[in-house]
Amino acid sequence: MSQADLRLPQRGMGATSRRDAWWLEPLIVFLVLSAFIVYTTWAAFQGVNYFASQGGAHYLSPFYSPLLYGQNGEPYWIGLAPPSWWPAWSPFAFSPAFLILAGPALMRFTCYYYRGAYYKAFWLDPPSCAVGEPRKSYIGERRFPLIMQNVHRYVFYPAAAFVIVLAWDAIQATRFVQEDGTTRFGIGLGTVVLALNAFLLGGYTFGCHCARHQIGGYLNSLARRPIRAKCYGCVSALNRRHMTWAWISLFWVALTDVYVRLVAQDIITDPRILF
Amino acid sequence: MTEARDATFRIWRGDHATGAFRDYRTRVTHGMVVLDAVHQVQSESAPDLACRWNCKAGKCGSCSAEINGRPRLMCMTRLETLDLDQPVTVEPLRAFPSIRDLVTDVSWNFRVKAKIPPFRPRTPDAPDGTWRIDQADVERVQEFRKCIECFLCQDVCHVLRDHHKHDEFAGPRHFVYQAALDMHPLDVEERLRQVKDENGIGYCNITRCCTKVCPEHIAITDNAIIPLKERVVDEFYDPLTRLFRIFRAKRKSDRMDGRPEPDASALPPKGAP
Ligand code: SF4
Ligand code: SF4
Ligand code: FES
Ligand code: FES
Repeated sequence: MSQADLRLPQRGMGATSRRDAWWLEPLIVFLVLSAFIVYTTWAAFQGVNYFASQGGAHYLSPFYSPLLYGQNGEPYWIGLAPPSWWPAWSPFAFSPAFLILAGPALMRFTCYYYRGAYYKAFWLDPPSCAVGEPRKSYIGERRFPLIMQNVHRYVFYPAAAFVIVLAWDAIQATRFVQEDGTTRFGIGLGTVVLALNAFLLGGYTFGCHCARHQIGGYLNSLARRPIRAKCYGCVSALNRRHMTWAWISLFWVALTDVYVRLVAQDIITDPRILF
Repeated sequence: MTEARDATFRIWRGDHATGAFRDYRTRVTHGMVVLDAVHQVQSESAPDLACRWNCKAGKCGSCSAEINGRPRLMCMTRLETLDLDQPVTVEPLRAFPSIRDLVTDVSWNFRVKAKIPPFRPRTPDAPDGTWRIDQADVERVQEFRKCIECFLCQDVCHVLRDHHKHDEFAGPRHFVYQAALDMHPLDVEERLRQVKDENGIGYCNITRCCTKVCPEHIAITDNAIIPLKERVVDEFYDPLTRLFRIFRAKRKSDRMDGRPEPDASALPPKGAP
């Protein structure tokens, strides 16, 4: 069924009859994602101010959680930073974020929603719907390298574990150590920020297309599996708004890091109610 | 727009290679759609203007065109929603060869569809040769059956529109069709290899343009293409699911919830709906 003899003309880059600002959406995606990548990289290389203990608080930046190696007084999991195996010749000072950031980064990089968005915004393939492209050749996700995006189903599991860790961090953020060494339950602005972060990342992660497939999407009949059908329904409900969850959680995770940094440096005072 | 007013329609005349836009001015009133304006132009000043339409109700899928650069149904695009101070461009679908003016040859789609193995149900559930499906299982495929074959999704898809992969890629409409068949609770046909190889689902880079233009609001990318991509990964790429398959006969029978053959004891009583 060759179409070759039908001589469809190839349109050049940006060629379109669209009148609306078709370039606006990809431009915003480009700017926001670029800004996020720049900020995250900067924050990861800092290696300090990721834990706020102002007035006995217990706020850990999500870019550093789980904190495998930390300093004294921080909730580290394994030992003191830098770990003994960190090479002395390394040009970078050790930052605990290096060990864990690949997880969430890969989750977003291989996410079905982000893929479609950055193929447009960063690779102009296409720049926008019904707008001409710069390149003639195209292999899509059919072969290497982009066929590797299919690892997304494996990336989901660590990402889900991160959500649990971040929820634990939010619970820890309700503990405030007093001068006399006792701990009081309380809710600070930081607690709310961390809790919202875990909630939003949960909404994003558990609305994943791969999760939807594996929880029940691969079956054609769920009628005799009521629990699975319920789970599939929940994941599908989150999945319908996956794009919204993706953007809000992206914004909020960066904001959470900013907040913890500001409190850690005593630039702002964390308002809180102690019970 | 409450008063009648004049508006300019910049309509494509001729074929893709030699054609050009021509401007037509006509008087339009409240409630008109683009198809009405085209018909009016036809009767007033361009009797030889070719345009295909049938139902004028958004249900036959014949009047697909590109209006101000966006693939849409002419009969469902109200003039109120367009800026009439500027000429309204009306051009044929760009992913298919133009026959003349607004009419394109979309027959390629029917040839692709004919190659997809049709519905093949499992052996009947009841001795009277009928089947039983739970309502919950029907709903998922119901969405795909709303397709009116307007081919707007095919037109906007850059794999066809810009890269002309018609020989290797079936396009979103046919993934909707394959999803409707493959996810049907009774169907036992195997189509995933075709989805992957002949129909080239890997070319889709999930940019969602098809979903945005679908006049039936089918969630093409999220509900048809991505689930099919995941099924292809299960079947051909994922080393773990392939390993599991050695222990369990997965494949289609597993997606069927292990019920390819009816279990006599689980049959509903005779006469059940
Ligand atoms: S999502 Fe896939 S099928 Fe739909 S328009 Fe984009 S590339 Fe084409
Ligand atoms: S899926 Fe939607 S856009 Fe595509 S042919 Fe069917 S109705 Fe038209
Ligand atoms: S599809 Fe977006 S996180 Fe999996
Ligand atoms: S004329 Fe039938 S869909 Fe427009």
